[in-house]
Amino acid sequence: MRRALLFLNDLWRRFLKSRSFWPAGALVALLAFNLLFTKGFGVIEVRDGRLYGSAIDILHRGSIVMLLSVGMTLVIATAGIDLSVGSVMAMAGTVAALLLTSTPPHSAAAAGAVALAVALAAGLWNGVLVAFLRLQPIVATLILLVAGRGIAQLLSEGQRVRFNRPDFEFLGSGSWLGLPFTVFIVAFVVAATLLVTRKTTAGLTIEAVGSNERASRLSGIRPWLVKLLVYGFCGLCAGIAGLIYTADIKQGDPLRCGEYVELDAILAVVIGGTPFSGGRANVLGSILGALIMQTLTTTILTRGVPVEYTLVVKAVVVIAVCLLQSEQFRSILVGGASLPREKTRDGDVPPTMRTRDGDIPPTGGGAS
Amino acid sequence: MKLPFSQKHIPLLSTVGVCVLLYAVGAVRYDGFFSAQVFVNFFGDNSFLGIVTIGMTFVILSGGIDLSVGSVVALSSVLMAVQMQLWGVPPPVAMAVVLAAGTAFGLGMGSIVRWFGLPPFIVTLAGMFLARGLGFMLHIESIPIANPLYKAVTTWGLELPGARVPATALVFLAVVGVGIYLSTSTVFGRNVYAVGGGEEAALLMGVPVGRTKVLVYGLSGFCSALAGIVFTLYGSSGDPRAGLGMELDAIAAVVVGGTLLTGGVGYVVGTLVGVLIFGIIQTGITFENLNSWWTRVAIGLLLFLFILLQKLFARPGQRAAH
Amino acid sequence: MVECGPAPAQRPILEMHGITKRFPGVLALDGVDFSMRRGEVHALMGENGAGKSTLIKVLTGVYPRDAGEIVFDGQAIAPRSPLEAQHLGISTIYQEVNLVPHLSVAENIFLGRQPGRAWWIDWRAIHEKAGALLAGFGLRLDVGRSLASYPVAIQQMVAIARAVDISAKLLIMDEPTSSLDEGEVARLFDIIRTLKAKGVAVLFITHFLDQAFAIADRLTVLRNGALVGTYETAKLTRLELIGHMLGKDPAAVAAMEREKASPAAGAGKPLLEAKGLGRRGAVEPLDLTVREGEVLGLAGLLGSGRTEVARLLFGVDRATSGNVRVGGVAVKLRSPRAAVRLGIGFCPEDRKSDGILPDLSVRENIVLAVQRRLARCGIVSRARQLEVAEKFIRLLGIVVSGPEQPARTLSGGNQQKVILARWLAMSPRLLILDEPTRGIDVGAKAEVERLVEELSRDGMAVVFISSELEEVVRRSHRVAVLRDRRKVAELTGGEIDEQAIMHIIAGGEADA
Repeated sequence: MRRALLFLNDLWRRFLKSRSFWPAGALVALLAFNLLFTKGFGVIEVRDGRLYGSAIDILHRGSIVMLLSVGMTLVIATAGIDLSVGSVMAMAGTVAALLLTSTPPHSAAAAGAVALAVALAAGLWNGVLVAFLRLQPIVATLILLVAGRGIAQLLSEGQRVRFNRPDFEFLGSGSWLGLPFTVFIVAFVVAATLLVTRKTTAGLTIEAVGSNERASRLSGIRPWLVKLLVYGFCGLCAGIAGLIYTADIKQGDPLRCGEYVELDAILAVVIGGTPFSGGRANVLGSILGALIMQTLTTTILTRGVPVEYTLVVKAVVVIAVCLLQSEQFRSILVGGASLPREKTRDGDVPPTMRTRDGDIPPTGGGAS
Repeated sequence: MKLPFSQKHIPLLSTVGVCVLLYAVGAVRYDGFFSAQVFVNFFGDNSFLGIVTIGMTFVILSGGIDLSVGSVVALSSVLMAVQMQLWGVPPPVAMAVVLAAGTAFGLGMGSIVRWFGLPPFIVTLAGMFLARGLGFMLHIESIPIANPLYKAVTTWGLELPGARVPATALVFLAVVGVGIYLSTSTVFGRNVYAVGGGEEAALLMGVPVGRTKVLVYGLSGFCSALAGIVFTLYGSSGDPRAGLGMELDAIAAVVVGGTLLTGGVGYVVGTLVGVLIFGIIQTGITFENLNSWWTRVAIGLLLFLFILLQKLFARPGQRAAH
Repeated sequence: MVECGPAPAQRPILEMHGITKRFPGVLALDGVDFSMRRGEVHALMGENGAGKSTLIKVLTGVYPRDAGEIVFDGQAIAPRSPLEAQHLGISTIYQEVNLVPHLSVAENIFLGRQPGRAWWIDWRAIHEKAGALLAGFGLRLDVGRSLASYPVAIQQMVAIARAVDISAKLLIMDEPTSSLDEGEVARLFDIIRTLKAKGVAVLFITHFLDQAFAIADRLTVLRNGALVGTYETAKLTRLELIGHMLGKDPAAVAAMEREKASPAAGAGKPLLEAKGLGRRGAVEPLDLTVREGEVLGLAGLLGSGRTEVARLLFGVDRATSGNVRVGGVAVKLRSPRAAVRLGIGFCPEDRKSDGILPDLSVRENIVLAVQRRLARCGIVSRARQLEVAEKFIRLLGIVVSGPEQPARTLSGGNQQKVILARWLAMSPRLLILDEPTRGIDVGAKAEVERLVEELSRDGMAVVFISSELEEVVRRSHRVAVLRDRRKVAELTGGEIDEQAIMHIIAGGEADA
């Protein structure tokens, strides 16, 4: 008994120090706010053996962004980014729908497998562009972002592909043990990812590549392989998300599936505490970030505020979180330090003044 | 490590080459393609994308990126419509307000990037959400504009032999002209190139790097607002759903136009050609009776080829900037 | 205070007194005095870590100094940025020419100070003035072409022209000849003489002895952050100079034991045999053998190819000639990963860009290479990692509040120890150490040296590269001497002697 308590205590202390602390706190605060002030928020009712309620709703609706953010976390940890996840979702969903409605129709398992293979291939394509052609991740994934949806439309000839296959629809709208099945899908993916990143050498390897690619190469790591794998994994996550979305609306929609969802995923990762410049992978934080965003959306809706306000709220939240994460902002807030003057930062060696050929460390995402 | 004289022009030349090639293919293949009106329509139909792209060119030249452009276009169009239809503001005043608002929005984003060191990607992403949301908050649905001055401008066109040049096209061309002037003949324009081409060097050479960065986003905001106004002229309405996805089209046009995403290299003229290529592809697809998604595929393919080209001809120093 | 010194024209243009600069854990500059006369060409020399760069950075305002004063052209100054220093008349030409490559030559010369109205550019004036300026240096260029379309030598001259046009009174050149060929160096020197004639003082940082002797009026040598001395070039011999650069540091010597490594201990089987190993442009083909339990020192000045050899041995750069055998088996060192699998480890010279993972903790940095071995069936064991991390924290005396402290907050010396720990944790058969004691305090240096000796006694082969010649001499069983990117001598056991090595470097005996 005592050992269990000690273990829990240690876990609690690790949590307090971890980077997931603040996002978790924010989420708890949001939920508490809703419990207190939103009528019927905490109500969970059972109907036909299924649980219903706002909390369940949040978990279900947020499953897509949660899935995407898991893959996106690893990509951002390598100092990269993947803008194409929405288009990959569309590709996967359309492929599955087409296979389900082909003559003769394929099984749900086959349709899903092929769709996931397509998504994985798309992710590996991105990986090849980044790891071997050394393209900037924004640029590399921009290509698939633009073309992927076109490919999906090509395959379906611009149509939405409707199907009626309860065995497949289970993915999106089914339930198990009272909870929506999507919750289990997300839980499985998150658990598997956490297992790999926390419990195997992959986690440190990924973070090392993002933190200092040269140093990790000099330590025997193969950065090209790491990048290939994380982009492939991100594509796979997008594929799963695409299947869920398609199953939920019972049709393959190449135009709407995954629209703008990449941005939500990126924001979830950023809110969750994974730095945009790479070097840290906080999968749990990203999940919390996704949940925070979904809770915000649900809060806004249930309080009768028009849905358009969610955009403004998201924007404000993102900027606020990023500012809090920015050292310059914190130093101004805390120490009343003045805003940085027009000069090179103190103590920082301007790269031009090194006497070796100074490589500029890679930065991910937007050129700044 | 000598490099041939015109190596730096290769991306631009290849863009022009592709443009001419595509146009030639279209002219040969389709009847009526090779007509003055069709040519004019490249400018007219793509005018708001084009205006936005000019602003985006400056941002990318400085080494940054602006994802908010499409949303600011929408916000601007709604703001115009709301002012004129619901608040009875005369058009010139409404335009002034919208331009000021767009510029201020851009300056705001630029300031956050400059003072707090946040990545432009994230800041302008938030800006995109913010502007879109504000647009919806102003008015949920699109608002038709029933203003007599507007009607006059929309139906007006410069009559040239064989073609009617609408006002929207003229505004676009004017913006291109101003953009070319800014980028080649003003201190600000050259500072933008310097900041994008070598920020530390520029700093040490006395270029006001921070100020330039902020101004460049202000310029982009101005262009987006202007594009929003042009949008209202084109469609006689303000629509909070306008410009969805426009930022990516703009970035694609800039890249295809020969401007490096890393900054410091590129020409405003190149962007014009990039927008033209867009127009040609879309028109060609219409003529071919293909479905519109082929545009996406074609653009994606072109983007891929151009990026590879840029990579191939980038100098080793740039190649290492990964 | 009345000065009965030289007449105003003879007064030094620059006087730095007692300059001290500390970084966490290391004293980069220790009360350095430095002065320059008007219109003189003055070479600043010293190995990596000697403090040359730091001195320049303090002078040009990149770092604030901790103590001392700077008097420039008769006025006490304290510049807060390189731009401010420029306005005061001190301009710097960097090793990587620090201009904007895609802009034209003319534009680079006038960037930030264009003639014409405040917002409009008068291109004609710019082109004319640029052309005239360059002509004054004997250069006729198409000033409308982009800077990058010209070779580095020309780019440098453009940078110099700009600096002079900004009325530089003191021009600092940081390793300007590293990428130049002989002809270009000669042209550069002509320009420097022109500058001299115009009364501009030139501070010339270089590690090329010949060039220093050819162009400089005076030489200043720094070592370990302290001033060794300032000399008239005409009255200094090569050997004396080398002695000053690599010679004994009394304080360090007094703090360490004087033990020569016993040659008998180094007679193990050959572990790595390289024949004709070379890389075009970096290292001339050489033979090298490292035996088990032996410490092989690589001695030579900066630029002699020491680090390049190390990089070849570790697979960082691919060899263009020669072959390597490890443990008797022919291998291809295609990548660091291949080298690691063969049991080779490498502590790079530049720990900041090549070694430390700044965002990760000390523990994570230490176990980076060894984590797979510590894992049980693929499952990482945090307990084991902590064990390893703590063991080396203790062993190497790494100053941390705990193993989870982020590596970026450590001092340079401690970071070096972390990287050392990373490789020691792997128990490699061969450990390549490139300047392992640079930036570490004296006490820690002794620890590292002792560690190297213990490891070799336990059978590890060590390649030891250092610009501290006495360290190399003290610890090595054999020493390979490098000069101008080729191996010129190999000394064993009793032959190893500081004077002998310095002679060889200076160009005495030359055998391959």
